[in-house]
Amino acid sequence: MFGITYFVVLKFKHIFVTMEKQVILNAQQIELTIKRLCHELIESHDDFSNSVIIGLQPRGIQVVARLKSELESILGHTILCGNLDITFFRDDFRRTEKQRIPSVTNLDFSIENKKVVLVDDVLYTGRTIRAGLDALLTFGRPSKVELLVLIDRRFSRDLPIQADYYGKTVDTLKMERVSVDWKDLEGIDQVLLYTKEGNE
Amino acid sequence: MNNLSVDHLTGIRDLTHEDIQLIFKMADSFKEVINRPIKKVPSLRDITIANLFFENSTRTRLSFELAEKRLSADVINFSASSSSVKKGETLIDTVNNILSMKVDMVVMRHPNPGAAHFLSQRISAKVINAGDGTHEHPTQALLDAYSIRESLGDVAGKKVVIVGDILHSRVALSNIYCLQKLGAEVMVCGPTTLIPKYIGDLGIRISHNLKEALNWCDVANMLRIQLERQEIKYFPSLREYSMLFGLNKQLLDSLDKRILIMHPGPINRGVEITSEVADSDQSIILNQVENGVAIRMAIIYLLASKIER
Repeated sequence: MFGITYFVVLKFKHIFVTMEKQVILNAQQIELTIKRLCHELIESHDDFSNSVIIGLQPRGIQVVARLKSELESILGHTILCGNLDITFFRDDFRRTEKQRIPSVTNLDFSIENKKVVLVDDVLYTGRTIRAGLDALLTFGRPSKVELLVLIDRRFSRDLPIQADYYGKTVDTLKMERVSVDWKDLEGIDQVLLYTKEGNE
Repeated sequence: MNNLSVDHLTGIRDLTHEDIQLIFKMADSFKEVINRPIKKVPSLRDITIANLFFENSTRTRLSFELAEKRLSADVINFSASSSSVKKGETLIDTVNNILSMKVDMVVMRHPNPGAAHFLSQRISAKVINAGDGTHEHPTQALLDAYSIRESLGDVAGKKVVIVGDILHSRVALSNIYCLQKLGAEVMVCGPTTLIPKYIGDLGIRISHNLKEALNWCDVANMLRIQLERQEIKYFPSLREYSMLFGLNKQLLDSLDKRILIMHPGPINRGVEITSEVADSDQSIILNQVENGVAIRMAIIYLLASKIER
């Protein structure tokens, strides 16, 4: 217990609150979820000949990488995928202390008249997705935009935005935190829920 | 370090190495933005910027205005030739009148060295120096260094020669500060009359032989002879100047390496640089202009993030 608490305090030392963590999805469950999401995508996008997948920076692109490799192994051909940074479209410019450093946007194909699947790891307030939609439309006019998220934090939206595909829905409080870890970045595939200690 | 260490951009001298790297990182993103079908982001839609040009300018002014508009800021323009400055109004009065129209940021070009610094001490708006007399032209130096970084991968360790009218050039001074902060070696080259006496104290090399300088460098930044700032004759004739310090294709081909050619503009074709060289594939003059918009967007964005709500 001390070990876990110590690790969490280290990771979120800026919060200065001891938090408890709980695994929502483990590596095997993430793999199953990605597989299911891919089959749901194929149901509505057929062979992806007119569809593209775009991950929101910084954490959505990991989900895209998993979807891409799974979809390509099912369909047997490559799928157009890109990254989109939304920093300049956020609604909190000059409202946060810390300057946000943009990540790379990489869309080397046209989205005009394409069906776009926007992808992020966690859907929380919906503000990132709102900014993502604005950023996306500066590249053209897609025929349709859908949203896929790995985790949907239900009942915590600031804006009327819902996902079309989601891996898992969780009920969380504002003070809680969901973090998606990836093998390539954090060394392990898992989704964690951090709860304030003593919180029921 | 995610914020600039300064509240105004009056000169490169005040910036740290980290500031410059942060500006470059932001500029990378803005360069991608200005190549999109819709080249605009909404970040600064609640910001108003005044461009005050007390001296003529085409490139810098257009570049700033475009950068501001690409960031969705509201822009007002002012030029001294069509203003009350001609009627005897002081700089502070002019600027305060403009600021009372709720302006958040001022981009100023002025013939007096130190004008931007003077203004930044006296008004609440953020100030960006777009050239103050023969003192500094920070955004030009940043876009020059950024263009070198883009073409050669890095600025550190590169050898850059600045050729021409160093005495009257704000571009030269800002470039020297900027390149040195980024770890480049700098040389100035020109007739003795156009090299300031104590410029060696900045830790740079001096040469009066163009071929020698070009053989040393990786990048040559060819400056314009600023006849409008020269009250006396510093050299016998433009023809002689261009024979001794002008860069032509023959000279460029005689070098044993391939160097990059830069020019801050406006070019006097046939004086400091021939058309053949200016339009050659070694010239990155037009890249400089494109990068100018991205660099200015980065600076405006970073300073705007410090404006209190």
